[in-house]
Amino acid sequence: MLKYLGKRILTAIPIFFGITVIIYVMLNMAPGSALDMLASSEISVDSAAYDQLKAQLGLDKPVWMRYLLWLKDLFQLNFGTSYRTSQDVWTMVSQRIGPSILLSGTGVILAILLALPIGIMAAYKPYSKWDSVSSFFALIGSTLPGFLLSLLLIYVFSIKLKLLPTSGMHSSGDTSFIDLFRHLLLPALIICIGSMGNLIKQTRSACLEVLHEDFVKTARSKGIKEQAVVLKHVFRNALIPVSTTILLQIPHIIGGTTIVEQIFGWPGLGSLMISSINNRDYPVVMCVAVIIAITVLVTNILIDIVYGFLDPRVSYD
Amino acid sequence: MEMTAKSVSAPKKKESQALKSFRKNKRAMFGAIFIIIETLLVILLPIILHTDPNTSDLLSGKYASPSAAHWLGTDSIGRDLFARLLSGGKVSLLVGLSSPLISVAIGLPLGLLAGYYRGVIETIVMRLADIFMSFPSMILILCLVAVVGPSITTIIVVIGVMGWTQIAKLVYGNVVSIRSKEYIESARAAGCSDAYIIFREILPNAISPVWVLLSFRVGGAIMTESGLSFLGVGIQAPQASWGNIINAATDLSVLMLRPWVWMPAGVLIVMTVVSFNFIGEGIRDALDPKMKRVD
Repeated sequence: MLKYLGKRILTAIPIFFGITVIIYVMLNMAPGSALDMLASSEISVDSAAYDQLKAQLGLDKPVWMRYLLWLKDLFQLNFGTSYRTSQDVWTMVSQRIGPSILLSGTGVILAILLALPIGIMAAYKPYSKWDSVSSFFALIGSTLPGFLLSLLLIYVFSIKLKLLPTSGMHSSGDTSFIDLFRHLLLPALIICIGSMGNLIKQTRSACLEVLHEDFVKTARSKGIKEQAVVLKHVFRNALIPVSTTILLQIPHIIGGTTIVEQIFGWPGLGSLMISSINNRDYPVVMCVAVIIAITVLVTNILIDIVYGFLDPRVSYD
Repeated sequence: MEMTAKSVSAPKKKESQALKSFRKNKRAMFGAIFIIIETLLVILLPIILHTDPNTSDLLSGKYASPSAAHWLGTDSIGRDLFARLLSGGKVSLLVGLSSPLISVAIGLPLGLLAGYYRGVIETIVMRLADIFMSFPSMILILCLVAVVGPSITTIIVVIGVMGWTQIAKLVYGNVVSIRSKEYIESARAAGCSDAYIIFREILPNAISPVWVLLSFRVGGAIMTESGLSFLGVGIQAPQASWGNIINAATDLSVLMLRPWVWMPAGVLIVMTVVSFNFIGEGIRDALDPKMKRVD
């Protein structure tokens, strides 16, 4: 097991470098460089000042050299300074990690709590009302874009019913938990609905597959209560593919929160990413990209661990 | 001789049967008819009505309510919203229909090669697909669009390129299962070249699930494009798109008091995506009746 994990981590390292090289080179080939962005904001920049600024930002060196320098700093957790605000990038980004985890975490947990029972019931009673509920959510998840759903929910809950706030994480001066919860509810609900359809579908088909296994018949013929058959024998086995789906979705949920964060003015990584891309503040973009890349690799390794934990038949050789 | 006659007539019969089954499928027919009508309206109406989506009407001013002159009112700088809706529809359909073709153009050959030759090609293509699939596509698309600069062509290419993994994985899976079939073995024994086997024996049998995925990808591409345009990093003004029309609703007064500004575009996005999904389901059921309701 340990040997296998070590191997997985070793193969994850080149993938990590691959992702960072691709994004770094891509961003540095962009036509409108950060330099032009800064220069155009000042009224007149003579060429000497331009060159000085260029050297100051380290943009006078070739791309590969800048990447290596960036990499060297990365290992000291030094992501440089923001082109725009001149703040330390890591301070800027690390403030955003917590809100992002809070938002996507709440969304995912809500989705799991709702999707698993619906999926199980839809498989247990095909063509019942549970089945229609499951196809309804699958349809919404695959046809209603997140930004439209956000607007509709804001329209209903914030404007018509005046129940919930439309943006931000706190009302000014109010740091209570209830206030946070009220701000969190709508964006988390949108993330939940967005990922539920897929999750219900996976749970349903995984349960359907297990329901016809011989060991389920055996359990029933032994006179075990139906509830226990479904929960202990069917669901536990269905959990193997379902948990993979959940873990695989995590990086995508982080990516998917960008739009939701932007609409609700949520101070997370996604909205920072969008504003930094628009301002060509590439050190910030790189830092967010690195965090997402690490999340991706960690979840991939987690999937293997969970697989072995849930399914003893998986061997690690 | 008998062999060739049989192999020519067989797929034809299956095709007409598939078409019959597609016609009987109410949802699929609804989707197909909706898309055909929508496409015709989006192309023909601007010619008939002589509407201009990009000039401001100074008399009506900004945010005019719906009237005989402006069926859906005007936007924040007095442009006719009905004309913009049609013009945006053209862009959305263009992006939706062309970017999946790019995904197929990349994914299909890679999937075929990886599935047929296995070995190193398989490892490289499939690992690359894994990396692409595990990284959130929205972030990569945002970075790519920032680098290349947003335009209709960029959006089509970026969404298309990001979609290659699904197609490649699907084709790869099919090819791997087909290449061990006896008829492939016999073609090989008869001395057929690799190219012949790949294109004449494997491709026709591996392609049908690609059509299904393709129509689902159309809906997905329309959703991605509208999301990007909504965020302001997709289709740029003055060119209208359903996404950037809806962006006006980020202003709460528009969201609340002027639903005619953003609602029609929203309804059209959902209806169009639903239609393409229905068409996809119809094709799936028509090509393989066994796959019905099993997912």
